[in-house]
Amino acid sequence: MPKSLSAGAVRALKVVVFLLCLVPLGMLVLETLGVAGLSLGANPVEELIHRCGKWGLKFLLITLAITPLRRLTGWNWPIRFRRMLGLFAFFYVMLHFLVYAGLDQRFDLAVILEDIAERPYITIGMTALVLLIPLALTSTKGMMRRLGRRWQQLHRLVYPIAILGVWHFYWQVKLDTLEALVYAAVLAALLGFRLTHWWRRRTPGKSVDSRSNHDRSAHARRSL
Amino acid sequence: MKPDTRIRSWEITSEENFLNRRRFIRDAGLAAGAALAAGGAALALPGGALAGVRDLETVPGPYSTDEPPNSWEDVTTYNNFYEFGTGKEDPYRNARDFVTTPWTVKVGGECDKPGRYDYADIVGPHALEDRVYRHRCVEAWSMVVPWVGFPLGDLLKRFEPNSNAKFVRFKTLFDPERMPGQRRAVLRWPYVEGLTMAEAMHPLTLMVVGVYGKELPNQNGAPLRLVVPWKYGFKGIKSIVEIEFVRRQPDTSWELAAPNEYGFYANVNPEVDHPRWSQARERRIGAGLFAEKQATLMFNGYAEQVASLYADLDLRKNY
Repeated sequence: MPKSLSAGAVRALKVVVFLLCLVPLGMLVLETLGVAGLSLGANPVEELIHRCGKWGLKFLLITLAITPLRRLTGWNWPIRFRRMLGLFAFFYVMLHFLVYAGLDQRFDLAVILEDIAERPYITIGMTALVLLIPLALTSTKGMMRRLGRRWQQLHRLVYPIAILGVWHFYWQVKLDTLEALVYAAVLAALLGFRLTHWWRRRTPGKSVDSRSNHDRSAHARRSL
Repeated sequence: MKPDTRIRSWEITSEENFLNRRRFIRDAGLAAGAALAAGGAALALPGGALAGVRDLETVPGPYSTDEPPNSWEDVTTYNNFYEFGTGKEDPYRNARDFVTTPWTVKVGGECDKPGRYDYADIVGPHALEDRVYRHRCVEAWSMVVPWVGFPLGDLLKRFEPNSNAKFVRFKTLFDPERMPGQRRAVLRWPYVEGLTMAEAMHPLTLMVVGVYGKELPNQNGAPLRLVVPWKYGFKGIKSIVEIEFVRRQPDTSWELAAPNEYGFYANVNPEVDHPRWSQARERRIGAGLFAEKQATLMFNGYAEQVASLYADLDLRKNY
């Protein structure tokens, strides 16, 4: 893969990535409609909630993988896909919430508020969802320009959001936490990558010395 | 990294299992021979598909609800049976080849007729009844299931429990080779459940051998399982190989796994929530994508029959 791609190549690749991001939704629609023998199983509401939630988390993790990918490969172009991937995370998380609120609780506000207030795993899940909203709203180029430095500060919220999201998953599992722990391990690796990077930059005398000049200047340009 | 060559506890075959397996291989050979001799008479296939599951001779039993039962598909593909995996469809997929003949139940403890009983000894003397019961899972979903079985009390009486018997403890088969879910320590194996003697002798409590007039499919707990309709589903221990009369309240599997979430009694109670979710309402499986959840009934709707058992018990503490 080249370090940078032409504008045309990025545009074409964006269409492909966009369509790929819609594949989980397509599958869920086909299973919901029972097309071609597909089915959501005996408990379709729960299945929809779980599947949408897990796709939301997966897209969050994929979004968080962009920066490590850039640093490890030196490619610049993956950053061009980060906004789209982040918005798909938001999309699946909102779908997760809407299926829960609409199909599971039939938009019964009293029941939903009780859930949020009394069930800690829902409290933290809701917190993560609410925190995602300003990130989605400020994802446009215009907002990026308008907010300047503060845009980046605001979007660091994605770290606590991801932690809360995975924690929400872990906490609602009845007993077999293996799958949730896999998500947690991936998240830990992605956040750990950032921490070590940040640590190296803070103590330039140690490990950065071994890196090339090019890398060092690149580090200076890029932020966390 | 050095390869881990330790022998895991689940890799060791107990003498009991080893002997069981020997006996099984011998008997399977005999059974196959007999079937061939009978001109290829239908060999009972393990449960899963409807075809091949043997019909049972049944009589109508009491206490049946007139609510419409769930479909065969719902009842046999949406199961919690961690011995075959923790996913709802895992038991359906992983229990297909589980062989339940021969099957022996060890009966012991505070009774005058302890011993090892074959499946035929256990089930033979009892008339099999059709009983359509509500089934409420602790996960807040429910079904209506047309079980086939007989009152557990009628069976227990045959073992002549003595006056020291205050509780009954049940154990599921432990055999990680045949039950792949036991290769991971999700729960402490073997699965253990228990009832007070009063609960065990209650006429609602069933020893179940079938569903929908058919032999119990493997994923539903073949060949012998417990059904206690006023309690959460996890009390209904499956694939039972041991029944023991004991003096003290036994430690049960889910209680051991999370004592603040699952109690010994586990009576269905809409007023006592699970620490992490509400038990006030339940989703009826098969009701469809747009169906409203329904109110959960005290003792799962069997309060009239069983509430008196708990007259002196604080149900909030004894959840």
